[in-house]
Amino acid sequence: MLGKLSWSAIPFDEPIDMVASGFMIVGVIGILLWLTATGKWPYLWREWLTSVDHKRIGVMYCVLALVMLLRGFVDAMLMRSQQAMAAGGAEGYLPPEHYDQIFSAHGTIMIFFMAMPFMIGLMNFVLPLQLGVRDVAFPTLNSVSLWLTASGVLLTNISLVIGEFAKTGWLAYPPLSELKFSPGVGVDYYLWALQISGVGTLMSGINLVTTILKMRAPGMSYMRMPVFCWTALASNLLIVAAFPVLTATFGMLLLDRYIGFHFFTTTGGGNPMMYINLIWAWGHPEVYILILPAFGVFSEVISTFSGKPLFGYRSMVAATLAICILSFVVWLHHFFTMGAGADVNGFFGVMTMIIAVPTGVKVFNWLFTMYGGRVRFSLPILWSLGFMVTFVIGGMTGVLLAVPPADFMLHNSLFLIAHFHNVVIGGVVFGAMAGYNYWFPKAFGFTLDEAWGRASFWCWLIGFYVAFMPLYWLGLMGMTRRMQHYDDPQWQPFLVVAACGVLLILAGIVCQIIQLIVSIRTRADRLDRTGDPWNGRTLEWSTPSPPPAWNYALLPEVEGEDAYWHMKRKAREDRTAQTKARDYEPIDMPVNSPTGFITAFFAVITGFALIWHIWWLVGLGLAGAFATTMVFAWRDVQEQEIDVEALARVDRAHLASLAQ
Amino acid sequence: MTDTTLPMASHARKDGPASKRIIVAYGFWIFLLSDIIMFSAIFATYAVLVGATDGGPTGAELFDQKRVAIETLCLLFSSYACGMMSLAIEAKHRLATYGAAAVTFALGAVFLTLELSEFAGMIAEGATPQRSAFLSAFFTLVGCHGAHVGFGLLWLVVMMAQLNAKGFRDDVLRRLACFSLFWHALDIIWVALFSIVYLMGGRV
Repeated sequence: MLGKLSWSAIPFDEPIDMVASGFMIVGVIGILLWLTATGKWPYLWREWLTSVDHKRIGVMYCVLALVMLLRGFVDAMLMRSQQAMAAGGAEGYLPPEHYDQIFSAHGTIMIFFMAMPFMIGLMNFVLPLQLGVRDVAFPTLNSVSLWLTASGVLLTNISLVIGEFAKTGWLAYPPLSELKFSPGVGVDYYLWALQISGVGTLMSGINLVTTILKMRAPGMSYMRMPVFCWTALASNLLIVAAFPVLTATFGMLLLDRYIGFHFFTTTGGGNPMMYINLIWAWGHPEVYILILPAFGVFSEVISTFSGKPLFGYRSMVAATLAICILSFVVWLHHFFTMGAGADVNGFFGVMTMIIAVPTGVKVFNWLFTMYGGRVRFSLPILWSLGFMVTFVIGGMTGVLLAVPPADFMLHNSLFLIAHFHNVVIGGVVFGAMAGYNYWFPKAFGFTLDEAWGRASFWCWLIGFYVAFMPLYWLGLMGMTRRMQHYDDPQWQPFLVVAACGVLLILAGIVCQIIQLIVSIRTRADRLDRTGDPWNGRTLEWSTPSPPPAWNYALLPEVEGEDAYWHMKRKAREDRTAQTKARDYEPIDMPVNSPTGFITAFFAVITGFALIWHIWWLVGLGLAGAFATTMVFAWRDVQEQEIDVEALARVDRAHLASLAQ
Repeated sequence: MTDTTLPMASHARKDGPASKRIIVAYGFWIFLLSDIIMFSAIFATYAVLVGATDGGPTGAELFDQKRVAIETLCLLFSSYACGMMSLAIEAKHRLATYGAAAVTFALGAVFLTLELSEFAGMIAEGATPQRSAFLSAFFTLVGCHGAHVGFGLLWLVVMMAQLNAKGFRDDVLRRLACFSLFWHALDIIWVALFSIVYLMGGRV
């Protein structure tokens, strides 16, 4: 009846697990009770959970990512404290089977459920505004994507309470992840959570590619798009091209585990190295899926806060697309030690080094944008400066690892761990934070507190260096990754320093939370009345903050790069333009739909049932998802009309606040 | 149904957002490309594992090219019927649409039945997907295409029910256009599958 599920699935004997689960359950129940007590359910359902507005969906993606940042960071603290203790004969406080779940969950969560949703959230929120249109190409599908991602998050978190998570590392390499060596449900949690959220990501990629290529304001030709749109285009093209490979790969591993196929087994002619090739054929583009939007954020921020158009716009576009293509021909550098031979390793080593060239072009473009500019050192540009220094260091260690003989020494060592945290934290996380501080006023109508933001930035930056520079040394000293304990006492001082670095980062996160609370409480003093708090250059700043559901009462006419900058200049030169009559016409906006939320509900049920082999529930979940699709397909009202009065009222109020 | 993206066309130049019809078809094309990439990953796997028979049967011993030729004809003529259906939809001719859809469905169903009976025959002979990596890859690749065909049949039934309930409404027309793209894309994949699996693998 319940498949493999029984009371023994709940880890009553593991105190750390139980406390963590207890906190999570109490937290969730607390939030649910609070929502019920304050009567916020109808509001939440109407305005958020069923919303198909790209801005709301973008915000929800980012909220999801920030919550999962906390979860992934707790895992990081557990690992760092364990390794700081478990030297010589000491075993630390985490038993191996628990420690293995923690590092697997940390990687999975940080990449799939923190970095990905944050970047997709930013793109969702910003793209239609920057392109000068009213929504993404497929608004309801967008909501489905969001909620499928949330389903994956939920399944991963359920694994904390019921059963276990994978103990195989964040990419679940076979043969370890095969049924023979991982008979528990951990790998199944991992696989189904990522399959479900992967479908969401793929649909999101299709949606955003179509939006950028087919929906742009009049006059917004390709070479007038803001660089963020270009990097988002490249990133979403990579999603469309890479995620199907992930789906296929995980599908094969699932077939191996569920019905005894022989793709990656050590028997029956299976080939585990093929999994590693396939997963990195997705995995390396994935790195660029994450970093390219961050490059876009830095381009916007640096240009805005330097008061200059971006230096070398065309070379920036070319570099972005070059990275987009090259990202598909470097995957083998993740496993030079496979033994592919000198020619193959040589090719992939050289291709990897070549990627540094367009990246270098970008760094110089940012530097030259700042050169001669009047740089305002606000929060977004602080994060951008921190990025440039940190990312260049991380990039250089990457070039070092691209040399096969050096990689043979450093493979799977902490040097590698230091390298990729150097680029992922220094690049993606700093980019996410720059974007968060930059676009927050656009989303909520007030700016974030500067002082707490600065404190957070410095804690993060210094904390990062303290936490990860020692790992380079440890890697050179021969320490490999994923060690629950170790014998060499010489490593311990470095690991203690690294643990202190994590505490500094924790302080940074606490400052960020305080920044948010302080900003909300003092929002009356920090309102963004013009919709343009940073003297921006791109179209999103021409809308009120927060923008109305329809973004633009009249679609903007774009006449060049930095469209809004030109509009502002033109308006100054020709004051009559503002008083010109604006002919509003009623517009149709898509109606809210619970389709996404309900689909995700059934996805969670199906996923959970598959993990625990509860076959009747699988059938029920799939039938529910099918019924949801049919109800959606049969609906008659798809759009609602926004009347001219509403459009005119919002637009005139915005124009009046601009004139002040 | 009015088009969300067009109301500003009166004052805009021609290069504003595209019409909904174009956006939907374009988005679906991108989806099809991603689906083809998924297939390409499975094709690559098949190519790697084709020799990994682990002492079990090889393709040359298992494949019946006559049956596959019939399957191919069914699928291609099903696409032809699907093209006829598109013409009937263009003409807003309900009866012809149903007729062409029925032929499309029937040929697709015959294809699927033949494929499943091929699978059943192989399994009965002991050539199960659990036997060897080659057979795992074979069943996954061919079965994935078959699952797509099965999904397409379900979709076609749903679309006919919708056509019956809603008539030639704009959104129904857009979905029918997507179905047509999907059905033809499955042909493209089948051609690759036929060549790589059955023609190349059928040689002794």
